[in-house]
Amino acid sequence: MYAIIAGAGKVGRNLARELIAKGHEVTLIESSRPSYLANEEEFEHAIQYGEATELWVLERAGIQRADLVIAVTGDDEDNILVCQVAKEKYLCERIIARVNSPRNHDHFRLLGIQPAVSATDLILRLIEHEVPRYGLVHLLALEEERLEIIELEVAADAPTVGERVADISLPEGCLIISVLRAGSGFVPKPDTVIQEGDEVLLVLDPGLEESITAYFAPNGQPAAF
Amino acid sequence: MFVLIVGAGRLGSAIAKSALAEGHEVSVLDADPLSHERLDAGQDKSWEDSGGQFTVGTALEIDALAQAGIEHADVFIASTAGDNTNLVIAQIAQRRFGVAKAIVRVMDPARADWYGAQGLHTISPTKHAIEMFESALSSPPEGEQASPSPAQGRTGAVA
Repeated sequence: MYAIIAGAGKVGRNLARELIAKGHEVTLIESSRPSYLANEEEFEHAIQYGEATELWVLERAGIQRADLVIAVTGDDEDNILVCQVAKEKYLCERIIARVNSPRNHDHFRLLGIQPAVSATDLILRLIEHEVPRYGLVHLLALEEERLEIIELEVAADAPTVGERVADISLPEGCLIISVLRAGSGFVPKPDTVIQEGDEVLLVLDPGLEESITAYFAPNGQPAAF
Repeated sequence: MFVLIVGAGRLGSAIAKSALAEGHEVSVLDADPLSHERLDAGQDKSWEDSGGQFTVGTALEIDALAQAGIEHADVFIASTAGDNTNLVIAQIAQRRFGVAKAIVRVMDPARADWYGAQGLHTISPTKHAIEMFESALSSPPEGEQASPSPAQGRTGAVA
């Protein structure tokens, strides 16, 4: 794969290192001369000096044959425009942009720059995942595939305590795939009885968390989202 | 017409003043409060007394654009010092607020051409300057008998 990375800051440099280590071809583009010179020794021909928003600079880097363009400069306008010309002028199939200020996220969306990655948003989402509400933990969320796996702790007075799995009628689009009890997990059978303190793993369609939580939370209270 | 101008530098402030004199409704948005002085310079009355509007803020802030009246703008002029800022905000004006006409200053001739083909009204001062320099270069030196040439004719058209 051939990747062009605009911006040789911490993010760009480390991405370039990782991709090169995995055997990919990379060109970094850096617009600050001191930063270019500081990185030239390490990256040699894999770094070029120039404004990545200028068309001739992108063409010199070989954008016509790039499989992936990643814009990770510290400037949101630059990241938007690099990705926009990559996608719309040079028909590059895959772009990734960094959002520096979360308030600009809407602008990326409006101009069709997706995926746009914001470190602030990512950390916020992690905080939400790490601080479980009613024992709910997101284990996996594949947005594109519309699939989620969550883990829920069964509360003492949850409506499902003492019920056989076969008798629990969960909404359409979700399934109990595993039960963790006393430190080890097993795949439940229809006659497995749910107990207080169990951790159940469910696979579900996105958006069902709230209704599912009610089955395992105290008194069937839905989680506050 | 309601004209919203973002960037009150030499270019933006001059356009703002002439548009107001033409009888248009004019609103100016600039991140620097001091740029207001450029709007007052050389005028008898202050910008506001003449009927102009001035808002301090950056054009990537939707709130600032709204305060400057983008929802009613018929024409959006992006004349900040940065090509990249101008190209992004003009597209926001068009796509998010449905402004009918977005005029953008783009110093880089190559991108002025490409974005022009994408539906923005781009103006590249660099491109005009290049043409004028080229025609000045090919015209005879001062003082020599100059025969009227098409190249010279172009100089007047741009000024």
